Amino acid sequence: MAVVTYRDALTQALREELQRDDTVFLMGEEVAQYNGAYKVSKGLLDEFGPMRIVDTPITELGFAGVGIGAAMVGLRPIVEFMTWNFALLAIDEVVNAAAKMLYMSGGQYKMPMVFRGPNGSALQLAGQHSQAWESWYAHIPGLKVCTPATPADAKGLLKSAIRDDNPVVFLEGEMLYNTKGEVPEGEHIVPIGVAELKREGDHCSVITHGKMALVAMKVADDLAKDGINLDVVDLRTVRPIDVEAIARSVQKTNRAVVLEEGWEICGMGSQVVDFIQRECFDDLDAPVLRVHQEDVPMPYAKNLERAAKPDAGKAIAAIKKVMYLD
Amino acid sequence: MSTEAKRQPAQKRKEKGTPSDNGADAAGGNDLTGTTPELRRELLHSMLLQRRFEERCAEAYALGKIGGFCHLYIGQEAISTGVMSMIRPDDYVITAYRDHGQALARGISPRAVMAELFGRETGCSGGKGGSMHIFDAKTNFLGGHGIVGGHVPIAAGVGFAIKYRRGNQLCVCFFGEAAVNIGAFHEALNLASLWDLPVIFIVENNRYGMGTSISRSTANEDMLIRAKGYRMEGESVDGQDVFAVRECLARAIERARKEKRPTLIEMKTYRFMGHSMSDAASGTYRTKDELEENMKRDPILVLHNKMYESGELTEGEMRKIDDEAKAIAQDAWDFADASPEPPLEKLYTDVYSDSSS
Repeated sequence: MAVVTYRDALTQALREELQRDDTVFLMGEEVAQYNGAYKVSKGLLDEFGPMRIVDTPITELGFAGVGIGAAMVGLRPIVEFMTWNFALLAIDEVVNAAAKMLYMSGGQYKMPMVFRGPNGSALQLAGQHSQAWESWYAHIPGLKVCTPATPADAKGLLKSAIRDDNPVVFLEGEMLYNTKGEVPEGEHIVPIGVAELKREGDHCSVITHGKMALVAMKVADDLAKDGINLDVVDLRTVRPIDVEAIARSVQKTNRAVVLEEGWEICGMGSQVVDFIQRECFDDLDAPVLRVHQEDVPMPYAKNLERAAKPDAGKAIAAIKKVMYLD
Repeated sequence: MSTEAKRQPAQKRKEKGTPSDNGADAAGGNDLTGTTPELRRELLHSMLLQRRFEERCAEAYALGKIGGFCHLYIGQEAISTGVMSMIRPDDYVITAYRDHGQALARGISPRAVMAELFGRETGCSGGKGGSMHIFDAKTNFLGGHGIVGGHVPIAAGVGFAIKYRRGNQLCVCFFGEAAVNIGAFHEALNLASLWDLPVIFIVENNRYGMGTSISRSTANEDMLIRAKGYRMEGESVDGQDVFAVRECLARAIERARKEKRPTLIEMKTYRFMGHSMSDAASGTYRTKDELEENMKRDPILVLHNKMYESGELTEGEMRKIDDEAKAIAQDAWDFADASPEPPLEKLYTDVYSDSSS
């Protein structure tokens, strides 16, 4: 299997779907001539032309709405936000229009489109450019929300998202674009809503998604040397959420830590813990703990930023606590 | 009306004050050319149907048969009728929440619209949308949208799709004058002009965004300066005169189909009812005198008078058309009232589509 970057895996998915279906087009800031702010759309303008790889002005609300209108009448838009931080300007279109169109119209108007772009904290980008948005969109019925962690999942999920007849919020890890992994060649599809067990162990479950799945895998590898075997459940999709996979793991390990990039209050972890208490109440040997960003806006200074973010050290501390090893 | 009067620069035609300043002679005159007597009767019928239908809506609302927000279009019917009479069945229409009149003028079944308002399974949106979310795929009626200005970029997207497919349809997008102060409107106009999209943006300037007059909300009341700001053609027209509406649409349609260019049209109008069924027609924000003055230019009366004066319509015929409109409204009511509520399992359908490409 070829080893490719997360970025190239996404580009492969875009190229293959653009080739497969001529109603698919990509629209966003700097996607065409500039080859993409993060180079995910590199080379696509040359291959598909300006009608299908469309540069937009800086007008998130406007082009999100354009995508929705095009989807209503049968095209399959991929709307790229340069980052999800800027997509807040378009959230009315995503939440009030795209998510509800099928329902409000009594099933008449499908919304086959993808909103995609980089999500989550990066390095020293401070308060407005370093945020994880998944819990905001996962709250909304009508949306699907993908958070791939690996190149293979990025490719397979993006292809599923583009083919899906529902609006899919596709959150790429801003810090993941250069990460590498094996990606099956050609047609590779990952179904939306199915978690993957990234590491198998029976001492403690770590339920996670997106960039934090990489942290969890590293922690699992490190702790394995000490004889602690983690079950790492990478949700991959946070709406719909694979409750069965969560329950299966926790029923096996009887302990869980939920690891995410976002903030604590109403974060994805709150929902996962709710599923665990509902499905696994009698299986638990310890309270479930959560690891997340500190409850502060992201600071700029290196030391403060490090302290604000969830990381391997915090995850290990939580794991040891639920295993009564601390 | 002379050709010259029609082609005056927009600035000269722009006037302050009420649409009633914009007398029949100045805007539409008695020029009935370009329409046949049959078409004129259809226009009258369309407007009367909206009027009688919505009068019944008000009644049903008072009886609790219609709930939620319910924004009536009464007073503005020449716009919906004029516009819909000019566009093709394969064109697209998208609008805001004051949408019943446009839905009827577009040809959606009055039964399906009333049933939607009653929250019944037989409604055009299956009872899931209500007054503000009338959708009908059969007539390319893309909703009924409840967030002021939010649907204007969606209209640009429909225009984009038409261009993408090299079609020669167009999209008509209705919104009120209060929407011109919201960012979505400006972003959409910029994109439509930048990308040469076949969209006709129609500002129905009824002079009040809910209870706030345009003079209290809008620094520059010249709607057309917004078109100019985006290198777009703009026109301002007497929205109480269905012929003036049609003439203006003809130019915008030509521009959309031949030049693939958008147009911004200001339709000067007045709403005879409150903003929604929850408030009074006059009161804190506008006087009864002002309301009554504007009601003299009831769009139905304007058309009726022209047809009456030309001798093609007798009072008896007028009554016949009106009775027919009332009968359709009654039939819609009866149908809606007899229709079942959506079955409870429909609560969970249409959240997601099961299909994929």
